[in-house]
Amino acid sequence: MPGELTHSLWVATLETLYMTSVATVLVVLAGLPLGVLLVLTDRGGLWERPALHRVLGMLVNVGRSVPFIILMVAIVPLTRLLVGTTIGTTAAIVPLVVAAIPFMGRVVEQGLREVDSGLVEAAIAMGSTHRRVVFRVLLPEALPSLVRGTALVVISLLGYSAMAGAVGGGGLGDLAVKYGYMRFRTDVMLGCLAVLLALVQLVQWLGDGVASRFDHTSPHSRRAHD
Amino acid sequence: MIELRGISKVYRQGGRELSALQDVSLRVDPGEVFGVLGQSGAGKSTLIRCVNLLERPTQGRVRVNGKELLSLSPEELRLARQGIGMIFQHFNLFSSQTVAANVAYPLEVAGLPREQIRARVAELLALVGLSDKADTYPARLSGGQKQRVGIARALAPRPRILLSDEATSSLDPETTRSVLALLRDLNRQLGLTILLITHQMEVVKAICDTVAVLEQGRLVEQGKVVELLSRPGTHLHGLCYPPFTTGESAVLRGGQRVELSLSGEHSTRPILSTLARRFDVDAHLLEGSLERVGEARVGRLLFELTGAPDAVSQALAFLREQGVTSEEAAHAW
Ligand SMILES: Nc1ncnc2c1ncn2[C@@H]1O[C@H](COP(=O)(O)OP(=O)(O)O)[C@@H](O)[C@H]1O
Ligand SMILES: [Mg+2]
Repeated sequence: MPGELTHSLWVATLETLYMTSVATVLVVLAGLPLGVLLVLTDRGGLWERPALHRVLGMLVNVGRSVPFIILMVAIVPLTRLLVGTTIGTTAAIVPLVVAAIPFMGRVVEQGLREVDSGLVEAAIAMGSTHRRVVFRVLLPEALPSLVRGTALVVISLLGYSAMAGAVGGGGLGDLAVKYGYMRFRTDVMLGCLAVLLALVQLVQWLGDGVASRFDHTSPHSRRAHD
Repeated sequence: MIELRGISKVYRQGGRELSALQDVSLRVDPGEVFGVLGQSGAGKSTLIRCVNLLERPTQGRVRVNGKELLSLSPEELRLARQGIGMIFQHFNLFSSQTVAANVAYPLEVAGLPREQIRARVAELLALVGLSDKADTYPARLSGGQKQRVGIARALAPRPRILLSDEATSSLDPETTRSVLALLRDLNRQLGLTILLITHQMEVVKAICDTVAVLEQGRLVEQGKVVELLSRPGTHLHGLCYPPFTTGESAVLRGGQRVELSLSGEHSTRPILSTLARRFDVDAHLLEGSLERVGEARVGRLLFELTGAPDAVSQALAFLREQGVTSEEAAHAW
């Protein structure tokens, strides 16, 4: 691969990292409260609000069922409103975030539901406020599964970002399509794939590592210290 | 200290209603260890959860520490709960927090300053014998150690009442004994009032002063453990002493069978040797047991009296006079 293309690959990688990491931060910031709300407002939850729960659930399901490529087009007006343009890496972040928030919400919901209800009960019996139950019991207990779930979300963001890039967003997807597909540069295509694969592996590895670092549920855990 | 009045609880599931408790009333006095005994599904957990309103009764009144819990605001109820400790069958320790952090939790809830929390946690871990486990995570503890942490955590804010939902039901017999001994000590030393529920007769005999028997959501009996155990015909007696297994076919000598219930002073008198000396009869032991229940000893014996018919009937009359012959035995044999 000529030096110019190596440089392009490098730039594309940085663009992908930029889109994915900014999107991840926003998705986590929005997905955490969404997941918490989904659990709290459910029947038998600490803050039962059946109507709100249904509305949230429906929004999440709609968000998750719309194919990303359609969502990207459908929210063009929103993107223009927020970013001022609809092309480029920053513009691509908007559909990424919108697409991944419902996913993150479900990941958080799932993680919180796995927390033994006996622990919540014990906390309530000790006179905890609901706020304390959420921040000192539910979230810390679910932390390992929240980390694993976040890794999953980041990996799908990497995939989405390649797709977003392909329609003018820049990044590895863009490069792969422009050179690898349209100009039959198989080496560029393979280069893009290799970088994406490496990124996915890295995220998975980090996710697993951090998650098991926080996981104290096994009596023989390698990392548990005492 | 704890007073439940006419508690009923109906669970609604789909279209069906399940009546878990029906008109249950009980009173737990200060400093008492009160046990609710019942089979699985009898409604014990529902009952004890009504005491701190983890479950709201469908009907009835709940008075704890002088407060009508059902009429408190959510904030008042939260504060009232800090004065009621609770331990659980599956411990319910926070797995993401160390032993010390678990014990500190209710103190943070109570808003104690950091320094005081540290000191109190150390004191509590010493009390339950786990000072060396402060920085360990619960997953690495044995069942008995976990329950000790549970107890330390429950007692941290110095509640005057401890609720125990089958606290020893997932422990082995040896560990059960040591946890019960700890609860007994806490009851004596701190004057802690304990309301416990259990399906194990052993627990009732080991530490309860008073017992209530729960069957299918209803209380069928309530009283002092020793009294109920020494009166044949009570539910508790029936549960504790199933019929003797030495059946009629096992009659050995064609003598008179006698079933004795022993308690209080009878349990310490040399009844059998007195019989033998006074009436020229022989007592052949067939089956029986005698054990300590709290401060008292209770038990029952099945034996066969042989000798001249006159001597035997005089001996029986003597036993009846002493008030120790169980009624059933008199006509059963
Ligand atoms: N949250 C609930 N919803 C519906 N039914 C319940 C609930 N909790 C308990 N029950 C029912 O109430 C009855 C009593 O249960 P429980 O109090 O747990 O009994 P125990 O502790 O004596 O085993 C059982 O039939 C149980 O299935
Ligand atoms: Mg139960």
